[in-house]
Amino acid sequence: MAQADVPDPETIDRELTMSRGMVEAIAHELRESEDVFVMGEDVADYGGIFDSTQGLLEDFGHDRIMDVPISETGFIGAGVGAAMQGMRPIVELMFADFFGVAMDQIYNNMAKNAYMSGGSVSVPMVFMTAVGGTYNDAAQHSQTLYGTFAHLPGMKVVVPSTAYDAKGLMHAAIRDDDPVVYMFHKRLMGLAWMPAPDGPKTGVPEEDYEIEFGEADVKREGDDVTIVTLGLHVHRALEAAADLAEDGIDAEVIDLRTLVPLDTETVLESVRKTGKLVVVDEDYHSYGVSGELVARATEGALDELEAVRRVTMPDVPIPYARPLENEVLPDAGDVEAAVRSIHE
Amino acid sequence: MYEEMVTARHYEERLQEEYLEGKQPAFDISAGPIPGELHLAAGHEASGAGVCAHLRDDDTVTAPHRPHHVAISKGVDLKRMTAEIFGRQTGLSKGKGGHMHLYDPDVNFACSGIIAQGCPPAVGAAMAAKKRNTDAVAVAFLGEGAVSQGAFLESLNLAAVQNLPVVFVIEDNDWAISMPKERVTDVEDASQRADGFEVHGERVDVDDAVAVYEAAGEAIGRARDGNGPTVLEVQLHRRMGHFMGDPEAYRPDEDVEAAHERDSIERMERHLEDHGLGDEDLEEIRERAHERVEEAIEWAKDQPQPDPEEAYEDVFTDELEGWPERPDKELAAADGGEE
Repeated sequence: MAQADVPDPETIDRELTMSRGMVEAIAHELRESEDVFVMGEDVADYGGIFDSTQGLLEDFGHDRIMDVPISETGFIGAGVGAAMQGMRPIVELMFADFFGVAMDQIYNNMAKNAYMSGGSVSVPMVFMTAVGGTYNDAAQHSQTLYGTFAHLPGMKVVVPSTAYDAKGLMHAAIRDDDPVVYMFHKRLMGLAWMPAPDGPKTGVPEEDYEIEFGEADVKREGDDVTIVTLGLHVHRALEAAADLAEDGIDAEVIDLRTLVPLDTETVLESVRKTGKLVVVDEDYHSYGVSGELVARATEGALDELEAVRRVTMPDVPIPYARPLENEVLPDAGDVEAAVRSIHE
Repeated sequence: MYEEMVTARHYEERLQEEYLEGKQPAFDISAGPIPGELHLAAGHEASGAGVCAHLRDDDTVTAPHRPHHVAISKGVDLKRMTAEIFGRQTGLSKGKGGHMHLYDPDVNFACSGIIAQGCPPAVGAAMAAKKRNTDAVAVAFLGEGAVSQGAFLESLNLAAVQNLPVVFVIEDNDWAISMPKERVTDVEDASQRADGFEVHGERVDVDDAVAVYEAAGEAIGRARDGNGPTVLEVQLHRRMGHFMGDPEAYRPDEDVEAAHERDSIERMERHLEDHGLGDEDLEEIRERAHERVEEAIEWAKDQPQPDPEEAYEDVFTDELEGWPERPDKELAAADGGEE
C-alpha cells in the first residue's frame, strides 16, 4: 500500500507513542504470517527494555516471542539461518553499542549472503536495535551508529522519528525480502522513565500501511536553509527552525527516514532551492552520515551550493558526566547556531 | 571480609537513596544527582569479599556492569570511585566512565559494561604475568547469564591451552535481567563447563563468604603456582532489580523474598559470633564501614563537575594532528577564524 492511501497523521485522532506504533505493526504481521517471530534478550516477559515488544508475549506466547540467552552471535546468526529458510524473524540487539559481540553474523552473513549466493538466497529479517544518548549512560550504551550499519553494503537501514513513521516503516521492514536494520532512538519511544520531546507521539491509523524506503519526509518547508537530519534530531531541528523563524530565517527540515536507500533527490531539490545545507547527526562526525550527505549535495548540486555545515557528535567516545555529555551531544541550540553561521 | 561486606552493602543502600533523589515520584532516568543507569550488587557481597581476600594489588580483576562490591574488596579508592559514580572531575575516570566503567590501575581493577567482555582482558593480564615471570594472577567476574557468551568460552579455552593463571568467578544470582536461569541454560552447575576444557571447576552453592573464601583460596593458589585456570561458581542472590528503576514484573514475589532471606551478611555474622565475636565487635565494624561510606559520598558530592572542554581530552594519549575532535574548531580554521 502506498503512503498516499493512508490519512495524514495530523487528521487522525488516535495518538500513539513510537513504541506502540512499532509494536502494533509487529503484532499485525505476527497475525498475518506464521513465518514472523520475534527473538531477543528480554523481549518476552520484560517486553523489551525500551518497550519495543511490550505486550506481544500475552497475545503470541513464548514460541513466537522468544527470550534468548545472552548470546548475540548465536541468536542473531540463528535469525539469519531462519530467514534463509524463508521465515521472517525480527531479532533485537538490545543496544546498537553491543553490535561488536556479533558483528560477523551481522555484516558477513546477514548483509552479504544474498550477494555471495548470486541472489540464490535472501535474508528477510528485521534487525531491531536501540540507539542514542541523552541520559548519561556513557560510551558503551549511548552511541548512534547509523553510519556503521549504513556503510556496510547489503543492509537496508531505517530510522523512524515519529509513531506514524515507526509503524509504516516496521510494516515495510517485515515485508521486505532483504535484511533491514531498524534503529530506534530510546528518547523517542515514549518510555515512562525517559520523557520524550514533543513530536514523536503522533496520529497513527488503525490499519496497516507501509512507508516506502528511500522517501525522505519534508517536515517543514523553507526557502533559506536546508536542514537534513534523522531520528531524535528531527525534533531538535524543528525546534531550532521554529526559533529561527522568529528572526525571519526560513529553514526547511528534511527527515531522511531511511539511510539505505537514501533519498538524495529530495535533499538536492531542497539544496538547489536554498543553496545552504546543514546536516545534523547524532552519530560521530568523521566518515559518517554527515560526510555522505555533504558529498552527495556536492556531487549533485555544486553550482547551487553556497555553504555547508555539519552538526554532529564529535569524534570522542560519549562521556558519562552530564556537563561532558551535554558538551558533545548536538542540541537545538547547536543547530540554530550552525544555521545562523551560514545565513547572511 | 565482614567489614568489606557491610561496607559494600551500606554503599549500595546509600547509592540507591542518592540515585532516587530527584527521580521520584515519577522515575526519569536523566534526573537526579547520579547520571545514567545504576546496577546494584546488594546480595553479591560474599563473592567480592571471599575472592579478593586472596588478592594483591598486582593481581588483576575485571568486573562486569555490577562492580561495586568487587571494587570495594579489591581496594579501589572508594572516594574517587564514588566521585566517578556522581560524574565528578576527580572521579577515577574524570567523569567519563561512570559506574559501569571504573578503572583503578593502582590496584589493577577494570570494568566492562558489556556482558562477559571482561573475560578476554583478564586472560591478557594473566598472559602478561606469565611472560614476565611474576606470580600475579587475574580474576574475571561474570554473571551466570554471561556463560552463554562466546567471549567467556573462548577466554576459558585460551586460558586452558596456555595454562594461564586466571580464575573465572561466575556470580550466579539466578537472573539474567528478566530471564530465570533455567530458561538460559540446561546446565544447572555452570562450573561443569570447565570439564569440557579440562580445567578445574567448582561451585559454592550457598551464599557463604567463608566457603567462597576457601574455594577461592584453592583456585587462586592453583593459578599462582602455575597450575592453570579455574572456573569458580558462587551462588548469590539479587536483592534489587537488574538496574535501578527495573519494576521486576517478571519476577515472582517468592523469589524476591528468598533473596532477602538468604543473606550472606547475616550468615557471616552468625559465623563470627560462633567464633567469639560479640555484638559490640560487630557493631564497631559496621559503624566504621558506615562512616567510611558516608565520608566517601560526602566527599564525592563536594567534588567539582568536569569542565565541558574536558570531553575532548583523553581520546588519544597524545594530541593527534589532523584528528578533529571538535568539528567547530576545524571549521573555524577553515574559515580563517571568522566564526
